[in-house]
Amino acid sequence: MAEKDWRPKIIAIICNWCSYAGADLAGGARVQYPPDIRAIRVMCTGRVDPLFIMKAFQDGADGVLVSGCHFGDCHYLEGNFKCAKRMFLMKNVLKNIGLDDNRLRMTFVSASEGAKWGHVMEDVVKTVKELGPSPLVERKE
Amino acid sequence: MAENQKPRVGVFICHCGTNIAGSLSIEEVMDYARTLPGVVVADQYQYMCSTPGQNKIIDAIKEHDLNGIVVAACSPRLHEPTFRTATSEGGLNKFRFEMANIRDQNSWVHMHDWDGATEKAKDQVRIAVAKARLLEDLQPKSVAVEHAAMVVGAGVGGMQAALDLANAGIKTYLVEKLPTIGGRMSQLDKTFPTLDCSQCILTPKMVDAGRHPLIELKTYTEVENVEGYIGNFEITLRKMARGTYDGPEMIAAGREGSGCNGCGDCAEVCPVIKPNPFEMGMAPRKAIYIYHPQVMPLQYTIDFESCVKCGLCKEICGPEKNAINLDMVDQLEKVKVGCVILATGYDLIPIEDKTEWGYKKYENVITGLEFERLICASGPTGGHMIRPSDGATPMKVGFVLCAGSRDNTGGVAKPYCSRFCCMYSLKHAHQLMEKIPGCQPYIFYMDIRSFGKMYEEFYYRIQNEGCKFIRGRVASVQEDPVTKNVYVMTEDTLLGRPVTIECDLVVLAAAIQPKPDAERIRQMFGISKSQDGWYLEAHPKLNPCGTTTAGIFLAGVCQGPKDIPDTVAQAEGAASAASIPIHQGEVQLEPYFAQCVEDLCAGCGMCVPQCPYKALALIEKDGKKVMEVTEAKCKGCGTCGGFCPGGAIRMQHFTSPQICAQIDAFLLGGRGGEE
Ligand SMILES: Cc1cc2nc3c(=O)[nH]c(=O)nc-3n(C[C@H](O)[C@H](O)[C@H](O)COP(=O)(O)OP(=O)(O)OC[C@H]3O[C@@H](n4cnc5c(N)ncnc54)[C@H](O)[C@@H]3O)c2cc1C
Ligand code: SF4
Ligand code: SF4
Ligand code: FES
Repeated sequence: MAEKDWRPKIIAIICNWCSYAGADLAGGARVQYPPDIRAIRVMCTGRVDPLFIMKAFQDGADGVLVSGCHFGDCHYLEGNFKCAKRMFLMKNVLKNIGLDDNRLRMTFVSASEGAKWGHVMEDVVKTVKELGPSPLVERKE
Repeated sequence: MAENQKPRVGVFICHCGTNIAGSLSIEEVMDYARTLPGVVVADQYQYMCSTPGQNKIIDAIKEHDLNGIVVAACSPRLHEPTFRTATSEGGLNKFRFEMANIRDQNSWVHMHDWDGATEKAKDQVRIAVAKARLLEDLQPKSVAVEHAAMVVGAGVGGMQAALDLANAGIKTYLVEKLPTIGGRMSQLDKTFPTLDCSQCILTPKMVDAGRHPLIELKTYTEVENVEGYIGNFEITLRKMARGTYDGPEMIAAGREGSGCNGCGDCAEVCPVIKPNPFEMGMAPRKAIYIYHPQVMPLQYTIDFESCVKCGLCKEICGPEKNAINLDMVDQLEKVKVGCVILATGYDLIPIEDKTEWGYKKYENVITGLEFERLICASGPTGGHMIRPSDGATPMKVGFVLCAGSRDNTGGVAKPYCSRFCCMYSLKHAHQLMEKIPGCQPYIFYMDIRSFGKMYEEFYYRIQNEGCKFIRGRVASVQEDPVTKNVYVMTEDTLLGRPVTIECDLVVLAAAIQPKPDAERIRQMFGISKSQDGWYLEAHPKLNPCGTTTAGIFLAGVCQGPKDIPDTVAQAEGAASAASIPIHQGEVQLEPYFAQCVEDLCAGCGMCVPQCPYKALALIEKDGKKVMEVTEAKCKGCGTCGGFCPGGAIRMQHFTSPQICAQIDAFLLGGRGGEE
């Protein structure tokens, strides 16, 4: 496959109350962004088990995005805060196994930030494209 | 439905007219869905949410003995309830439904990438099917709803909401931070477009709210803390130290005497003089005061920040009334309510920060609210319109519209329209021409927004009365230091040339913004904000009074700029919406609870502090320590489930196997993670 045709596989785990609503709002406003990201909805980013991140990378994800409410806005008070702490640890784990930790990203997009969701999508795709295919995929093949 | 039955999933793809079908291939996605493991039927329809669309689901469940439903359409935030109902009408447990959002998060955001959007839709359906294969029967949890409500903010919006709730038979706490109810409308002189006197139409409402047997006024009170959820909010109120007692408070405090009767002898003798905020600082106020003459309740309040504790007021009040306590402290009180309406209103922006218009620098530049007080018969000048620098009657008055509204330059400026300043400036112009013969008002505007009923007619009327309109954003206001007259400079965009007009007085129609503590209130009640800081409604068109937090509703300007008619209409809507769960007496909560898998639980207890609602505890069971979930406290966030290192916490409807299956479905094409 030609380098420039390569489309990254990126998974996003996003919370119901803020980022999922923000992503819907982006749709309502017809904000256009690249179609490389697939979202899984959870009630809160607090639900994000490090296992899910590891599973995604093992399965060959080129990037993982976790997106929730801004600090102070979590529908369940502080799930996003707990998640952010775990993401910090996960980034270290990634570095230890030789993956660029920029492949894992956490963002905070509120229900009214449709335009921001579009920017996040652009930015995540751009970052992952620059990093290229996940080295874990090549090893498997 | 037998639990261990093989998955039999039906997939239904919606065109949403051309909303979806115009940007990706429905046929391709449907054919693809038929190849997925576990899928026994795939179908498509123009509008799945319509009755024939829903009937397709109901019929297919019966015909194909389905045990999982996937609808690929809009957002679950819009139509999950619709399709869950169809699922249960087909005879399945309603939680055996999963949605693929191929509109809001696909066709609408990839409108020019047919192949990319089609591929993504296939993946989304595959991910949804993976989850649907693992869905289980769940029972929603019913909880009783407290037969009481709270309204926060007692402006015209909050008062209307409280009156409607109380008239519907619901006990209502009306919480107001100021010592009186009434809000901004108390400060207004007349109201557009009918020009009825603001106090005359407001005071009866204040009295009704004050007297209603089912409304409990909580003035000079703030919300301190919020716990619980729809049906069972437990709210802590801070009753601020007011320094006086009314009759019932006297009894409650076990004091001798009849309490404050509003005679005002105390304010007569009080030696402390401060600016009066109700009069926009243009009149004095004592340290013991009533907020304005029509206050409800009529009870004096001590401003302890300026009180010098000389005791003169206490002395004159005397032992018979014995109403004053100079050492009073704040009191906390807890109330339980089923629903809450927020109606906290607005403030003007600090317009002095837009230095080009000279507010607070030039004496003869004032805001619209100051104008209201100056023209009001009960205001600081007794209704004699004067200009501040020398008390002269202004004969040429400039009105600067959109002062800080519709302005993208940042700082204190706001990009939105404040919606009522055009109309109140027209009102002000009319009042001047009526009160002061020969007075010439000039309105400097970008557009006149007179969108309400009889508003455009009002605009014509003011034009005919002789008000001059100059179209252009005012670039600057400069003062003549000798005469104190103010020069308004703008570009007249209709004539295409710069103009400068010398005025005696300039009135700024300052933009409005949320209250300074709106952010704190919003976070306490767990609701979102719009990008401008106004409280965010659940849906801008279909649910303008609700929020995304069940049981919390919105009324008035706190949700976004609106005038009095719109505020009252929204308040009535919010009251009606809030009364529904209260009258039903019970609500169903989604059963997304945590469960402890005792075989896997190591009894380490590390999850216990993770839960923000203290729903988890360690207990002894069969000689072994295990974690226990109190369902009534669990809100289903999953923070504990995401944490437990042993995977011993199972999150209903968001189980780890379900989420892992979704991840596998996307990345491995559905090959891994089967059962
Ligand atoms: C100069 C001017 C002239 C106007 N003229 C007109 C007119 O002629 N016609 C018209 O239709 N509209 C007019 N308006 C608009 C009108 O003021 C508003 O539409 C109306 O006041 C909105 O009512 P509300 O209840 O939403 O908010 P508010 O009137 O602001 O009431 C909110 C209340 O909530 C209280 N509060 C705030 N935060 C808290 C908290 N944390 N805890 C407890 N209480 C809290 C506040 O103290 C206040 O009492 C005018 C506005 C201005 C500025
Ligand atoms: S109501 Fe009129 S003056 Fe006020 S912001 Fe909107 S357009 Fe400007
Ligand atoms: S799911 Fe959330 S609310 Fe429920 S017990 Fe776990 S941490 Fe607490
Ligand atoms: S609900 Fe959005 S991060 Fe917790």
